[in-house]
Amino acid sequence: MIGEVTATILIALLGGAIRVSTPFMFVALGETLTEKSGRINLGLEGNLVLGAMVAYAISFETGWPWLGVAAAGTSGLILGMLHGWICSLPRVNDIAVGIAMMSLGLGLAFFFGKPYIQPAAPRLEPLALGSWTDSPALSKALEVNPLFLLGIVVAVVMWWALANTRWGLIIRVTGGSEPAARAMGVHPDRVRVLATAAGGFLAGVGGAFLSLSYPGSWNEGLSSGQGLMAVVLVIFARWNPLRCILAALLFGAAGALGPALQSVGISQGYYFFNAAPYILTLLIMVASARSNASAREAPGELSITK
Amino acid sequence: MGATGEIASERAPGRTEPVRTTAAPAAAGKQPDGRAFGIETIGMTKIFGSLNALDDVSITVGRGEFHALLGENGAGKSTLVKCIMGFYQPTRGQLLVNGKETAILGPGDARAAGIGMVYQHFTLVPCLTVAENMVVSRASVPRVVNWRREIEALEDFMERMPFRVPLHAPVSSLSAGEKQKLEILKQLYLNLHFLILDEPTSVLTPHEADEVLGLMRDMARKKQITVLMITHKFREVTAFADRVSVLRRGCYVGGGAVRDLTTDEMSRMMIGDAPVRKSVERTHSVVSDICLELDGIVADHDEGLPAVQGVDLKIRGGEIVGIAGVSGNGQAQLVEAISGQRPLRDGRILINGEPFHSTRSDFDRFRVFGLPEEPLKNATVPRMSVAENIAFRTFDKPPTASLGWWLSVKVMRDRAKELIRQYRVKTPTPNTPIEYLSGGNIQRTVLARELSGKVRVLIVANPCFGLDFASVAEIRAQIIEQRNRGAAILLVSEDLDEILELSDRVAVMLEGRINYVSPIADTDRNTIGKHMAGRLDV
Repeated sequence: MIGEVTATILIALLGGAIRVSTPFMFVALGETLTEKSGRINLGLEGNLVLGAMVAYAISFETGWPWLGVAAAGTSGLILGMLHGWICSLPRVNDIAVGIAMMSLGLGLAFFFGKPYIQPAAPRLEPLALGSWTDSPALSKALEVNPLFLLGIVVAVVMWWALANTRWGLIIRVTGGSEPAARAMGVHPDRVRVLATAAGGFLAGVGGAFLSLSYPGSWNEGLSSGQGLMAVVLVIFARWNPLRCILAALLFGAAGALGPALQSVGISQGYYFFNAAPYILTLLIMVASARSNASAREAPGELSITK
Repeated sequence: MGATGEIASERAPGRTEPVRTTAAPAAAGKQPDGRAFGIETIGMTKIFGSLNALDDVSITVGRGEFHALLGENGAGKSTLVKCIMGFYQPTRGQLLVNGKETAILGPGDARAAGIGMVYQHFTLVPCLTVAENMVVSRASVPRVVNWRREIEALEDFMERMPFRVPLHAPVSSLSAGEKQKLEILKQLYLNLHFLILDEPTSVLTPHEADEVLGLMRDMARKKQITVLMITHKFREVTAFADRVSVLRRGCYVGGGAVRDLTTDEMSRMMIGDAPVRKSVERTHSVVSDICLELDGIVADHDEGLPAVQGVDLKIRGGEIVGIAGVSGNGQAQLVEAISGQRPLRDGRILINGEPFHSTRSDFDRFRVFGLPEEPLKNATVPRMSVAENIAFRTFDKPPTASLGWWLSVKVMRDRAKELIRQYRVKTPTPNTPIEYLSGGNIQRTVLARELSGKVRVLIVANPCFGLDFASVAEIRAQIIEQRNRGAAILLVSEDLDEILELSDRVAVMLEGRINYVSPIADTDRNTIGKHMAGRLDV
């Protein structure tokens, strides 16, 4: 009996981790790229929510959810570019701009998203990777959205590219030491605008997952701060794209804790368990503030580590 | 994402053929004889607003020459070099590279012309490895880096070099000396044949410095490279340079073949007729009952790695103990630990046998004062006024404060005015933010605050770094004066000459420990240098 309950909870956690982690993963990867270049973009929550709205709207209007994903990425790209450009002006603080951009993204999404709260748009179909098993719970948990797999591919490619390609090295040099980048003839601001734009694109794609897969509709309370938590997740992952996957899965599992316990009939403290990701965020902040390894691996030009 | 062309600013108008930088990995680093070339500046002038930073400077650096550029801080050496490197555009004047007029519009152009620079502040990226730093410094980094081939080529290159740096180590883990070597290796790896060195030996042991400069001179003799070295150390000029140019206040004031010039002549060109305060007589054997004792001090780096690993030292009153060492061996952390800027992980500080904690009341009780390095950063609040900065030690005591909290601005300002006069601080008003003052005047302000009362223990770190001759002489005289009055003085300095001039006893710090202590009379530069390098067999 106990074993069965544990299995149910674990399967629910696994399914939840896979479902809930995707937006975390995309935003964290976007933030990693941005921070590797030496800037912080706190506004990715805005990209996430605007991306969700745009994806839903485009999917509804055209009937093609993947076009929605592309449009969501593009909206994130534009927000990221705007952030990067404003931060390139002299004496502008990237954290303040990030918060402003977050409000801008939310505002735009709520303003243009009003008409799309009711209608149902075509969603991204998941891949049934669990067809081999007889357990309906497990096969449901293994219904994996293609965006999750895409996220893993992006993480691996980013990890490889940061170490092995010219762009990767340029981004790391820019984030590690601005004088060194200048001495190489690189314009740090230009690299950062591009890195922020690319990071914004990824966050926008993460938003598309929210509205087109899970939870799978558009409303104003869709994200509940996942874009902000992803920034913390980057510190936890120590700016390593591969560790971003693991960290996102961990956050996803924490987010699925409440529903998983409810599925076996434990509904006491449901809201408390739903707050698990936020508690995890706080704990990670405290732990990483004490961690010397994290201080060593932080890009040298980040305004929070200077 | 893609910053196409970020790195490839290779255009160079008027570039001549033999100086082109090619960066095929296999060929990089080969130094066929005779690829050196000379440069010449003609009437180089740079005006910033109302300041003539550089005034009609013409110098010639011949092919294969080891040329020293001598001058005090602010004499225009850096400005001249930055004009050559393309960081600044000169207001007037031309640059001839290998006899042809060349416009250098940016650092990329300088590199394309074959001119490289080793900066005083490292341009390495700390979070990258040595190999990554070298590859990334090339004019064209391949789109996809084939690390196996690059590492092979780099190992090949290192084989041919007289000194080596571990390829896979992250730069953040290298010592300052290794970083300096890597900076030089990087230039050679890039096939640059005109090297500008900006005070290259400030972070090296005397032995390392001689090794590196000797190597550069040999390469210059073989016409493989031409060297232009910014320095203010006469020893290096006389030992290594072929020719010298001296700048003062932005003007060329003299120069020529080093063998035709005496140190005296060079220093007169450099300093001009400015009166230099004569050094204070050292009173012999001052008797004083003060004693500063460091008992097993342990402190960490910012990143949590051990920096100071058990330092024991006893300093009597009327004695200056100088701690020599290559920067980065824990001296900075030791000073911070004593002055309360860094937590002690272990160990005790005793003054006259009583434990000293770095609290405000203990500083007052034991009369402990300090002149930390980089005073603007470590001893002042840059945006507060000179008067406020002077009051840091006294603002909460009578007569400035009544009842411990009500401050009298008038008393504060009058006291500041008196000290500004007494210590000859040049400031427009006592209310000027201290950050607007020159380095020498900031240090004088700190001296005024720290030394105007009775001093029993004084902690000094690199007090003269980056200051002009007159200020240096004055500050050293003040330190000796405190010694003669019976203070126990701990002096940490990267400048061995300063240690030799001021100390009664010398200690050498290496890797967080003191490995050598000796009275100044029983030791010499060479012995100290060997202990700084940790090579007792050399």
